[in-house]
Amino acid sequence: MVLPPTVLGFFLLVLLGPRTSFGRAITSLLGHPLAFSFSGLVVGSVIYSLPFAVQPLVAGFSAVEPALVDAARLLGASRVRLVRTILVPLASRSLIAAAVLSFLHTMGEFGVVLMLGGDIPGATRTLSIVLYNQVENFDYAAANRTAAILLALSAFALAAIYLSGRPRGGRRA
Amino acid sequence: MLEIALDARRGSFHLHVECRFTSDWTVIFGPSGAGKSTLLRFLAGLDLSAPSRPQQARIALDGHLLTDTSSGLSLKPGHRQTSMVAQQSALFPHLSVAANVAYGLHDVDRSSRQSRVAEMLDLVDAASLIDRRPRDLSGGEAQRVALARALAPKPRLLLLDEPLSALDGAASDALLVRLQSWATEHRAQTVLATHDATDALATGAEVALLHEGRLTAIGPAAEVLANERTRLAQRLSLEPN
Repeated sequence: MVLPPTVLGFFLLVLLGPRTSFGRAITSLLGHPLAFSFSGLVVGSVIYSLPFAVQPLVAGFSAVEPALVDAARLLGASRVRLVRTILVPLASRSLIAAAVLSFLHTMGEFGVVLMLGGDIPGATRTLSIVLYNQVENFDYAAANRTAAILLALSAFALAAIYLSGRPRGGRRA
Repeated sequence: MLEIALDARRGSFHLHVECRFTSDWTVIFGPSGAGKSTLLRFLAGLDLSAPSRPQQARIALDGHLLTDTSSGLSLKPGHRQTSMVAQQSALFPHLSVAANVAYGLHDVDRSSRQSRVAEMLDLVDAASLIDRRPRDLSGGEAQRVALARALAPKPRLLLLDEPLSALDGAASDALLVRLQSWATEHRAQTVLATHDATDALATGAEVALLHEGRLTAIGPAAEVLANERTRLAQRLSLEPN
């Protein structure tokens, strides 16, 4: 979280490039290099945004009462069933928050994307880079439209977090 | 018959219990902090792994070992045919009452599951709650549902940790009678932990007195709780009409 995005992007570019054995192994495994590809962009974004997902996930799973876990175990739930039927549903709001926060963070990300993916139309050109290019070309009308799309996506995502966090009713005495 | 040999330390608290519960219905009576809940959790197979693992534990039900630290045996909570109901009902808040009661019946076919759920809810006088969510239940209703959920898998060992604390006296007594009858019919060895002498005396069962982690007496309720009975009688006679 504390690493500047451009620095992380640079490290990933070097790591996934042909100069390292890891990069060469990945290239031979996939048949193409990860750098300057959409897949590489996804890998870089996951690494960069994961810390922002971890915090709500930890908070969500920690908030599940241990008594509920004990009850499920006593009723014969396997680990998989415990996770599927108790932990995930009870932490669903945190899962949604984690997904939305990561999405928003990734959508606005610039440094890792540009460093690792370049600016290849149809492959690694993201909305944020499009917006940057439009401003650089003094095409403010197009930049306004792109910014509006990004703004709408952010508002939609924030609404999703807000709605998923609304209480569903109180406990009766 | 339930055989227990247990030695566990948690900070300054030392639980040391060696006994045999020969009755089908045993009440562990003791004040708060005596170690009742800790003992029940060990019997249920909870807290048997690090860091809360007891120094020594041997628990056997009808001759079958559930836990034996000397040989490294410890059946998982779900594999001990044991159910437990605590004061905190711990109903799954996202599931309906029916789904809560059915949770432990995953290996039972659908039609049998539905009839078992209805039967158990009927037993605890909670049939009308079947479609409700836990958040819509009162404390007493939630405890009834938790009981139904614990009974549904037909456990061989039923552990009750003050499970009727949210019910009023009459409702609690009536439910205890039903529970005792159910446990006898289904041959479920039951251990009820309580600090309420009236609960202990009402069941007229074998009573084990637990004090500061030690069993100080075990025997028929009338004998073990003679002092408690006298105290209760005195208190009742002193109360104005």
